[in-house]
Amino acid sequence: MATHNLKHALFCAIVTVVIAYPILGLDLVAQGTQIGLEGATPTTIISIFLAAGIVFLFQLFRDNIMGNLGKLPKLNPLSGREPMPAEKRAKVEAWVLTAIIVLALFWPFVVSRGSVDLATLVLIYIMLALGLNVVVGLAGLLDLGYVAFYAVGAYTFALLYQYFGFTFWMALPVGALLAATFGMVLGFPVLRLRGDYLAIVTLGFGEIIRILLNNWTAVTGGPNGIGGIPDPTLFGMEFGRRVKGEGNTSFHETFGIAYSGEHKVIFLYLIALVLAVITALVIRRLMRMPVGRAWEALREDEIAARSLGLSRTAVKLSAFTIGAFFAGFAGTVFASKQGFISPESFVFLESAIILAIVVLGGMGSQIGVILAAIAVTILPELAREFSDFRMLVFGAAMVLMMVWRPQGLMPMRRIPISLKRQE
Amino acid sequence: MLVLENVHTHYGKIEALHGVSVEVNKGEIVSLIGANGAGKTTLLMTVCGNPQASSGRVILEGKDITHDATSNIMRSGIAIVPEGRRVFSGLTVEENLHMGGFFNTKAEIRKSQDHVYDLFPRLKERENQRAGTMSGGEQQMLAIGRALMSKPNMIILDEPSLGLAPIIIQQIFEIIGHLRDEGITVFLVEQNAHQALNLADRGYVLETGKIRLHDTGKNLLNNPEVREAYLGG
Repeated sequence: MATHNLKHALFCAIVTVVIAYPILGLDLVAQGTQIGLEGATPTTIISIFLAAGIVFLFQLFRDNIMGNLGKLPKLNPLSGREPMPAEKRAKVEAWVLTAIIVLALFWPFVVSRGSVDLATLVLIYIMLALGLNVVVGLAGLLDLGYVAFYAVGAYTFALLYQYFGFTFWMALPVGALLAATFGMVLGFPVLRLRGDYLAIVTLGFGEIIRILLNNWTAVTGGPNGIGGIPDPTLFGMEFGRRVKGEGNTSFHETFGIAYSGEHKVIFLYLIALVLAVITALVIRRLMRMPVGRAWEALREDEIAARSLGLSRTAVKLSAFTIGAFFAGFAGTVFASKQGFISPESFVFLESAIILAIVVLGGMGSQIGVILAAIAVTILPELAREFSDFRMLVFGAAMVLMMVWRPQGLMPMRRIPISLKRQE
Repeated sequence: MLVLENVHTHYGKIEALHGVSVEVNKGEIVSLIGANGAGKTTLLMTVCGNPQASSGRVILEGKDITHDATSNIMRSGIAIVPEGRRVFSGLTVEENLHMGGFFNTKAEIRKSQDHVYDLFPRLKERENQRAGTMSGGEQQMLAIGRALMSKPNMIILDEPSLGLAPIIIQQIFEIIGHLRDEGITVFLVEQNAHQALNLADRGYVLETGKIRLHDTGKNLLNNPEVREAYLGG
């Protein structure tokens, strides 16, 4: 026992040094045109070895430490509380959600422009994560190429604008529908696949779309992307300083207020908010409809679902199509927000992040997914102080999260559906 | 009711059924017994259209369903209780039952649900419990109940006694007898040959993809070959 612990602790300490030294101890510095390698300062080295020492001691006495920790009183004062009855809980939840949405409507008028911009991004991720939640969380189909549908939405708007002068509002439904069509197209070849195989095919699909966008230079502009994508308008009113579109008026002149760049940002935020709320409500409704139950049945047991006469084709395709539809929504808003898109925005990492949001939030749980989307988007911004180690902090947070709460922030609490009886 | 005519089924290049003919008449209990790997489950899967027969015909109530899609077959008055129960473990008992009546109206579901609860009072007690947290016997009851929700004319059971205690097996077989009394045709596939043949009007013995014997349940029980191979002498 003791020798085993000692060996293990020694191993952990060595791993700490091996990982930490190259990351913290070595620095690349520009020396004229050359790049040189610089060693660490003595303090860094000392702290690395100190850290290794702490790891060693912790691992050595781990059983004692963890055992004593367990005896401490629970930190969460609510942990011993009885769960609320389901009906009361649903009511409270509905009120809280309404309050949050109302608050979110007024919030942009009091905070800085940067925060509103970030919040718009958060809302885009919420839309994406809610859409992916249908595919992964409800239907149980692991999709690693989800970003492809996001790209389809964004590029649909960009291309339709560039070649046919479409506005945001015209492109929004087209983008979403086209993304949904792509979802269906992807659905067909993967109907028979499950688990790892499905993941690999979807991964390939995501890459195909990105590489296509990257290389079809004549149409998509290739790696240079497409710029000058217009902002949304409000009943023909533009938010720019000068009116660009024919027959449009400008927002600040119509209302006789001074021009401010913030109007545009806030307007975009509000559009994203409305679309995100629509996404959440539609999916919430679908979850309670037969199609939602069919998704869950398919996730629970495909053979049993088929034995009851459910068509695998219909159920899987509907999940892929609906998930992709909302990614198309998000893509259109994203294109409008950025004003410029290139294939670089739709790399595999994006798919991974969206998937991470769904898993962190708790598969199938809408509120959990929304919280996780907020956390995952804002955390890297908050961690900016750590500059170089930003992604490291982010990664560590995810690892810790999965170790301590593998079921996600807010695991899905299924709402039991029962028939009302007249008795 | 259900007729298989000289059915051959392939998994890729391997032929699992070599020309099987089985007939199940209306209102009967027909048992199919056989050792592991004889092709019992393959035969059932062929009826369900997954995989489809490579030659021969499967006829359900006078209609050729050999090349129909599984989802259509399963909606035409036939229900299957799959091997190993396969209840939706994350869903409650009631939701499991509702999945069984997926294509029926709410009124029909309510009626069949009451009927299932009459058959299995235990399920009524556990209405709001997650199916995965129940015992094997209760899950088997749920699986049968779920299959009954679509109000089938014929029910196929694939090894309903698998992994259950003898007393539970007894109950399950009683229920199966009860279903026949209600006019539901039963096609029972079992390894538990004694019980299955005792209950059955007729029985088939399947060996390496071929029907070896075919007789009434009683005669098969007394058949020396069957006694030797399946009933322990």
